[in-house]
Amino acid sequence: MSKSADEIVYGLKREYLEKICAEGNRIDGRKLDEMRNLVVNTNFVPRAEGSAEVRLGDTRVLVGIKVEQGEPFPDTPKSGILTTNAEMLPMASPIFESGPPSEDAIELARVVDRGIRESKMIDLDKLVIKEGEKVWVVFIDMHILDYDGNLIDACSIGAVAALLNSKVPASEIGAEDYPLPISHVPVTITFAKIGSTVVADPNLEEEEVASARLSVATNENGDVVAMQKGLGGSITKEELFSAVDTSIKVGKDIRKRVLGR
Amino acid sequence: MGGTQSDIKLMNEEGLRIDGRKFNELRPIRIEVGVLNRADGSAYIEWGGNKVLVAVYGPREAFPKHTQNPSRAIINARYNMAAFSVDERKRPGPDRRAVEISKVIGEALECAVFTEQFPRTSIDVYIEVLQADAGTRIAGLTAASVALVDAGIPMKDMVVGCAAGKIDGKVVLDLNKEEDNYGQADLPMAIIPRTQEIVLLQMDGNLTREELEEAVEMSKKAATYISDLQKEALMAKYKSQEPEKEGERDE
Repeated sequence: MSKSADEIVYGLKREYLEKICAEGNRIDGRKLDEMRNLVVNTNFVPRAEGSAEVRLGDTRVLVGIKVEQGEPFPDTPKSGILTTNAEMLPMASPIFESGPPSEDAIELARVVDRGIRESKMIDLDKLVIKEGEKVWVVFIDMHILDYDGNLIDACSIGAVAALLNSKVPASEIGAEDYPLPISHVPVTITFAKIGSTVVADPNLEEEEVASARLSVATNENGDVVAMQKGLGGSITKEELFSAVDTSIKVGKDIRKRVLGR
Repeated sequence: MGGTQSDIKLMNEEGLRIDGRKFNELRPIRIEVGVLNRADGSAYIEWGGNKVLVAVYGPREAFPKHTQNPSRAIINARYNMAAFSVDERKRPGPDRRAVEISKVIGEALECAVFTEQFPRTSIDVYIEVLQADAGTRIAGLTAASVALVDAGIPMKDMVVGCAAGKIDGKVVLDLNKEEDNYGQADLPMAIIPRTQEIVLLQMDGNLTREELEEAVEMSKKAATYISDLQKEALMAKYKSQEPEKEGERDE
C-alpha cells in the first residue's frame, strides 16, 4: 500500500525526534527534564472570582473561577462542590472543532480536577453556607486559546494559580468576601515518551510523535496525589519513577517560583 | 478518592480487612470465555462483587470512514455501567467518567494488539458493567483481553489489570467498594506480563514515593496470577470443545 505524503513526513519527523532525544537533546534546545518558559498572569478577568492566564512556551490558556451558591450533593451535605471544565476552542488549533466536548477535552478536565481534588487543595468543608441546603460551588473553567502542546500542565498550573487568588463572594449573603480556603498546593507535571526517551513538558511537535504520556501531580510534601497515563504506548516501571522524581523536583520549583508558595 | 470520613476503620488489629482479606490478597476472580453468541469474541468476569461482560467485534471496516487509519486498526473501547449496577441508579448513557475510562482502556489494549495488521479497520470492545464493586475498569480490561483472544485477534500478550491502594495508612491490593470510598488512595494499573510494560496507570489519593513503589510492586505480582487465570479460562473453553476421540466418531 502506498503511503500518503503526510504519513511519510510524520515518519521522518518521528525518526528525527527519537534520534535527537536519544542523544539527550530536544528540538527546541531544552534539557530532557526542562519545562518551557512559564508565565502566569493572575487576575486577568477581574469580573471572575479568580483567574489566571498561563503561557507555557507557545501554549496559552485562560482559567476563570466562578464561585456561586448552590445545593450540595445529597451524599455530601457538609461539603462545597468543585467542578472542572475544559473548552478546547476552535481558535486554538486547526484540529479543534466546535461542538460538545471531545474525549480529549473531557480527559483534560478530569485530570486537572483530579490533581486539585485529590490533593485536597481547597478545603471544601469550609464552603458550607447552610448544611444540607446551601453551599458554595467552585467552577473551574479552562479556555484553551493557543495550542502548542501540554495542555494538562498549562491548565492545571493555571487552575491552581487562579484558585490561589480567588475569593468567596460572601457579600452576596450579607457577610464579607473571603479568600478561598486553601490547604495544599498541587503541581502537575506531564511527560512524553519519544522512542525510548522520556521528556518533560512536551511541545506540540513532541506530543505528535510521542507513544505514551504520563502526568504526575504532587503536593508540597512531595507526595503523589494523582496520576494519569495516556496514549497507546507503554512505560516501564523505571520510567514511571524517574518521572515521579522529576515531577517532585520541578513541582517544588514551580510552586516557589511561579505560584509564590 | 471520594472519602473524607477517616474515622471508619478498614483494617482490624490482626491486619485483616473488612472482608477478611490480608493486605496483599485479591478478591476471588472467575473468568469465562465465549459467553455471547453473536459477538466475534466475548468474556465474562466476576471479580469480587464486580460482574462485567465484554464483547469484541472486528476487525471490521471502521465507520464513519474518517475514523479509519490507513496504517493500522483503531481500537474503539466503550465502557458502560448499567443503571442498576450501583447503589443509586445511574443515569443511562456515557457520562464524563465513562468517556475517560473508555479512552484509557482502549489505549491500554492498543499497546498489546498488533493493530498494524488490520489497516482501516476498527476493533470494537464493548464493556458492560452489570454490577459494580470498585475496580470495574481493571476487571473490564482484564476480561476485554480475553475476549480479544476469543475473537482471534493477534496480540503481544494479554493485558492484565490490577489495582492497589491505601487504607488506614497501609498499602493494600485490590480495593473493594468500602475501601475505595473511605481509603486514602487508589491506583488502577494494567501491565503486559510478558514485557512488564505498564499500559494503564491512573492514581488518585495520597501516596509517598515509597508507598507508590510498594503499590506498583504489589499489583505487578498479582498480575502474574491473574494472567494465569486468563489463560486457564481460555483453555477451559477449548477443552470443553475438544472433538471426540478417533474411532468414537461417526462416519
